[in-house]
Amino acid sequence: MSDFEPKVVAFVCNWCTYAGADLTGTSRIKYATNVKIIRFPCTGRIDFMLLQKTFSNGADGIIISGCHPNDCHYTSGNFHAKRRWIMYKELMDFMGIDMNRITFSWVSAAEGARWAEVVNTTVSRVRELGPYVAYKKMVNTHIEEEVTNE
Amino acid sequence: MSNIAAKAKELLESNAVQVVIGYEVGPTGVVRPAFVTDSAKTDSFIYNENCLQNLAMYLTKHEVKHFGKMGIVATLPVMRSIMMLISEQQVVSENIVVLGISDDGKLLDFADLSVMHAHIEKSNLGNPTKDQERLAELNKLSIEEKFNFWEQELSKCIKCYACRQSCPMCYCIRCSTDCNQPQWIPVQSNTQGNLDWHVLRAMHLAGRCISCGECGRACPVNIPCHLLTMQLADQTYNYFKVHAGTSQDMKSVMSTFEPNDKESFII
Repeated sequence: MSDFEPKVVAFVCNWCTYAGADLTGTSRIKYATNVKIIRFPCTGRIDFMLLQKTFSNGADGIIISGCHPNDCHYTSGNFHAKRRWIMYKELMDFMGIDMNRITFSWVSAAEGARWAEVVNTTVSRVRELGPYVAYKKMVNTHIEEEVTNE
Repeated sequence: MSNIAAKAKELLESNAVQVVIGYEVGPTGVVRPAFVTDSAKTDSFIYNENCLQNLAMYLTKHEVKHFGKMGIVATLPVMRSIMMLISEQQVVSENIVVLGISDDGKLLDFADLSVMHAHIEKSNLGNPTKDQERLAELNKLSIEEKFNFWEQELSKCIKCYACRQSCPMCYCIRCSTDCNQPQWIPVQSNTQGNLDWHVLRAMHLAGRCISCGECGRACPVNIPCHLLTMQLADQTYNYFKVHAGTSQDMKSVMSTFEPNDKESFII
């Protein structure tokens, strides 16, 4: 398992966390390179289906991050997102999808060091959990079936 | 039940409604929904313990709506569906006459929606007991056991979308599942796509499910998919203290927020 490098996808909002991640870079703070950042206009735009697709396309972990409550560029996008995540988390817990692989966080544009910390803790946690075998196996079943049918 | 028939006859004769939606026994002896537009034909209406289907789903169908005003035989879940549909502006309250059925099968007289509202408020609004017990059982399992359970259940799904079609709250004329740009849900049936579909369905019904269990009954391969939406109905009450379908001017849970919504997982 020592050569396992987790694939982590980060969905971040344009106004806070993306700018925060920018600050991490301009401050020359080093952090894990396993993360691939996807920029969104707002956390309210992050559809739960994107998270489903992320896991089915082989990610081992996900980070979702946006502005702190009351700091949303669009006033209330992150409050809406919060309600959605509460429901999503409860559903995922109920369906047995490992919520230790998803990090929800608030990172502002001034928190460059905090972004590095969020990424590092998530990557090290996912590294310990190993590849998301259960999910990948489920995804691969039908690919194998299709290959055998052909 | 004769008093449903009598009431339906009275409504149709006085032209208060143009169609009454209720239950009748079909030619094979199975209970099925009945749409009666002629006051002479109301005798076929029955009500017994087999009348489980949630009839409220027909209220949003244009084939039924074009008759005009609708009378509907409504048990508690149907009443809640009606309230929910009115609160989401899918049904005009003036177009509906509710022939309420109490928990012990008696015909209730609802002069208007406020009486129905009072009746709903008095009733038990949680999930049905046997489903709630099953939820509690599943919640006790470990994360791997839960995943295995759902993986196995959802692998049976044949993507017939009966769960969607039977649900009174799934009224979108064009479901996002039917769009192929982008294609969120694969057309063919495979476990991962099936899981995506059931997550999507449950999330779109979060805070809107009225716990009738119709999706689970409609499923031809017996997937307990009603447990997913009921779990979220349960959690909606836990977090936001809201039961769906209790009043005609309730705000949608997922499109409103409170600044002090409590959660413990966002760092």
